[in-house]
Amino acid sequence: MHIAEGYLPPLHAVAWTAASAPFVVHGVRVLTREVREHPESTLLLGASGAFTFVLSALKIPSVTGSCSHPTGTGLGAILFRPPVMAVLGTITLLFQALLLAHGGLTTLGANVFSMAVVGPWVGYGLYRLVRRLGLPLMVAVFAGAFAADLSTYCVTSVQLALAFPDPGSGVPGALAKFGGIFAVTQIPLAVSEGLLTVLVMRLLSQSSAGELIRLGVFARGNARQDGQQGDEQGQDRQRKRVA
Amino acid sequence: MREDHGNGNAGTDTATGTDAADTPRTTERPRGARRLSRGGRINALLLLAVAALAVLPLALGLGEGEEEPFAGADAQAETAVTENDPDYEPWFTPLYEPPSGEIESALFALQAALGAGVLAYYFGLHRGRRQGATAVAADGGAGAGTGTGAVTDGGPGDATAPVPGAVGGPGPDPGPGAGGGDGPRP
Repeated sequence: MHIAEGYLPPLHAVAWTAASAPFVVHGVRVLTREVREHPESTLLLGASGAFTFVLSALKIPSVTGSCSHPTGTGLGAILFRPPVMAVLGTITLLFQALLLAHGGLTTLGANVFSMAVVGPWVGYGLYRLVRRLGLPLMVAVFAGAFAADLSTYCVTSVQLALAFPDPGSGVPGALAKFGGIFAVTQIPLAVSEGLLTVLVMRLLSQSSAGELIRLGVFARGNARQDGQQGDEQGQDRQRKRVA
Repeated sequence: MREDHGNGNAGTDTATGTDAADTPRTTERPRGARRLSRGGRINALLLLAVAALAVLPLALGLGEGEEEPFAGADAQAETAVTENDPDYEPWFTPLYEPPSGEIESALFALQAALGAGVLAYYFGLHRGRRQGATAVAADGGAGAGTGTGAVTDGGPGDATAPVPGAVGGPGPDPGPGAGGGDGPRP
């Protein structure tokens, strides 16, 4: 999903940067408030950022015969809500743009918009929806991470299609072309990301149940529904539901 | 597995570790501890599925028809841009570009290692905290009971004995985060 440096016309580059900037600024505010009010969540914030760092560095082969990478933004969006991921995703993209020549500064706005804004929001939205339907937590986590990953690449396809319409078939033709490159390749990778996010959430439910309750990941589903549940009972129930 | 049979025991060393319950002499605790719990099995299956999803395209040779098998989608998009607009010239170049593919892959590995390291630290820290808490609880509750055998000894020595065993055993195992960290370390 990294649009390479200089590969968006200046007008598009400026427009996407302007579109992303408010989300990132708002995210910085939310993040600093979270750290100030709940210093104990700093570690988990770091872990969420680290998850994005790892996953966006792994280029994985896909069924289309090409390689792409997951984004890792679904986990943080579910845990800390999407604004925080706007910041953590931007840090990751900045690292890659400056050190790896992967992505770029002129395309940073567009890349932030796809990976750090739309991806987390779509993933979080689907996560909430699935939760509201009463499905198990881990189904919602999988759906959220899957959607965050795939929607990121759909947005990248749209961004490139808008900037470079097909000479014959216009924007729709270009969208089919870029979508074939990005979105189709991404489907199995999004499944992988969903499974990995479920794995990390399972580990978190063992190691940091209290934190998850504070963040509302557990409380919304279990503890509140089932009445007075201790951490451990809630955890057990969680695990049973997963299985 | 074991070549030096007839160690003086009953001679029948057919069941080495499986029937550990019958032979309390062979204190091979790690064997039991290594057996995966149900949750552990699910976690292992999840990892296996991810690995299969990554390996299958390679094993099935899905990249064979391509000009450049398993090229990056990002690079393919650059090619598609020039197809749609042959006159387009990137108007900005990266400030820093890794001088070779090796350096680039090293930097990618560094990125993954940093992330995996933080994740491993997080899970390791919490595991240790949890074990510390249970050890303290066990110490407080059953400490007097365990150390009753030899009262002549100093109390604290006996009381603390079970604690390091509980903490030190599977202690430095930071979970699957380390799996990711081991591979791509530059």
